[in-house]
Amino acid sequence: MTDSAASRESTIAVVARAERPPSETSSFRTLLITLGLLFAMVLIWEGLKAFSQANNYEITVAGVNIDLTIFNNSQLPHLSDIAASLFEPAQRNGPPLWQMLMGSVGVTLLSALQGFLLGGIIGFALAVLFAHFGALSRGLLPFVVASQTVPILAIAPMIVIWFGRVGASNLAVAVIAAYLTFFPVTIYTLRGLVSVPTTALELMQTYAASKLQILWKLRLPNAVPQIFTALKIASTASVVGAIIGELPSGAQDGLGIAILNFARYYNQSPPRLWATIFIAGLVGILFFTVIAIIERLVVRWKPESAET
Amino acid sequence: MASVISISNLNKTFRAADGSVVNALEGINLDIQQGEFVSLIGPSGCGKSTLLRIMADLIQPTSGNVAVNGKAASQARKDRDYGFVFQNATLYDWRTVIKNVELPLEIMNYPKDQRNSRAREMLKLVELGDFADRYPYQLSGGMQQRVSIARALSFQPKIMLMDEPFGALDEMTRERMNNELLHIWSSLEGMTVIFVTHSIAEAVYLSSRVVVMSPRPGRIAQTVDVDLPRPRGPETRDMDAYFRYTSMVRHALRGTSPGEVESAPSRSEAIE
Ligand SMILES: Nc1ncnc2c1ncn2[C@@H]1O[C@H](COP(=O)(O)OP(=O)(O)O)[C@@H](O)[C@H]1O
Ligand SMILES: [Mg+2]
Repeated sequence: MTDSAASRESTIAVVARAERPPSETSSFRTLLITLGLLFAMVLIWEGLKAFSQANNYEITVAGVNIDLTIFNNSQLPHLSDIAASLFEPAQRNGPPLWQMLMGSVGVTLLSALQGFLLGGIIGFALAVLFAHFGALSRGLLPFVVASQTVPILAIAPMIVIWFGRVGASNLAVAVIAAYLTFFPVTIYTLRGLVSVPTTALELMQTYAASKLQILWKLRLPNAVPQIFTALKIASTASVVGAIIGELPSGAQDGLGIAILNFARYYNQSPPRLWATIFIAGLVGILFFTVIAIIERLVVRWKPESAET
Repeated sequence: MASVISISNLNKTFRAADGSVVNALEGINLDIQQGEFVSLIGPSGCGKSTLLRIMADLIQPTSGNVAVNGKAASQARKDRDYGFVFQNATLYDWRTVIKNVELPLEIMNYPKDQRNSRAREMLKLVELGDFADRYPYQLSGGMQQRVSIARALSFQPKIMLMDEPFGALDEMTRERMNNELLHIWSSLEGMTVIFVTHSIAEAVYLSSRVVVMSPRPGRIAQTVDVDLPRPRGPETRDMDAYFRYTSMVRHALRGTSPGEVESAPSRSEAIE
């Protein structure tokens, strides 16, 4: 083959495959869609409220009365009131709510991170074990699945008690977060480790590669996209786990504690609970986004459009 | 010349999940000498891949003997005596082109600087030197297959087992790849190639010997020695002898006997 033929083929390949629309376009589109959806949500939220108020919180459809009081100001505050509550002190002479919540976010995020790491490591180790020992996998996997059918709310108090007994109650919340985190990591990582194309594995056999080399140079890299899917699920699960874990923990601070408090005094100020819930949601989104950015930096071997 | 592949009385039956039995290979006898370029040709399902995989110790025969470089196939695999090229390039997506070529060298614990220089050399050989840092998805199918050939050559095996490596390529690219492969084979003294194909033209053009297989059960129907002069090039495809060989192979595939057989410059023999 001649050089010119090589460069011709390369030009075609580059044009056909490598040069995709620059990624700024697609991320700009994503941003627009996100903003559009947010705007639609605001419209629906405030629209429902305005509609209900105009109808005195009751409409009749085909002779049936429908109660619309759930859309009144105490059940579903105005978004502007929720935003405003962030800048008012939650306690007399205290700091504004957002400042107080930042402390809670820090506490919860720390527990979530600990749970994420702990659950990630346990989930990963289980997946590697299961991938290599079929019998172990068949024996243990049902229990792993069963562990997730037990409601976390039932287990959380027990974990708090156990860790309290051994003087490690500060770890209880992280362990509860880990309980929700390890499962997706195990399932997705396991799938990535075992779903290796046959010929990719046979290639290793033609090199007489060891099991460890196959794990390290084939199974693990093959599992990376699935591992990131798992970590994205785990990131939000760990935040949820940390918040739920705080409820029975008797901890002093954290988003879960704040939610508990503002729910107890809900009638005094509904917007505070809503504001806290939104902040909790933002924390989950933030964590998720960080993982997604890391994924983009690590997984460079796929065309932009093949993203999940 | 030493016998590189020596197969006698080989049988392979597959038992499907529903209990049915497939006689993939029956009574295979085949001897391949060092430096030969042997093509296995036959209709789809006649056991070409199975035979190649048995040579590579990727699957085991039901009965019979397989010797590779005078030892058991399993030992030859452990000794990394052969390079294998799959029908699909089987590049690892997450590795750049050069890292794919380095893969066997990593597995075989070559020193790092040697890995890199060897891989660059091989990429130059398949004329992909400028593509070292691309990812596989950025290459065309033909380029990917060239990377996989560079990878198989990187640790300098004396035997190349190739399973329809150019099967998915268009005719033009395939002819170019054929020339490239012949060039590589002739420049690496003493390398033995066993090449699976279902293209008659490709088999005749490349090979010193064409092994024609028939299906159900998979057997060797005939072997055709191809005595065309080397180096071969575009003019080879215009030779009368080239046409005679292709028609011989075609008739062997159909199980008919052409009139030209007597006038062919080389004898063909049934070895069953
Ligand atoms: N792993 C397997 N299990 C069952 N049957 C198989 C298996 N591999 C191949 N076969 C059967 O053996 C025969 C030969 O297959 P193969 O060697 O792939 O043919 P070819 O490469 O010549 O197209 C076919 O009938 C195929 O269905
Ligand atoms: Mg085949």
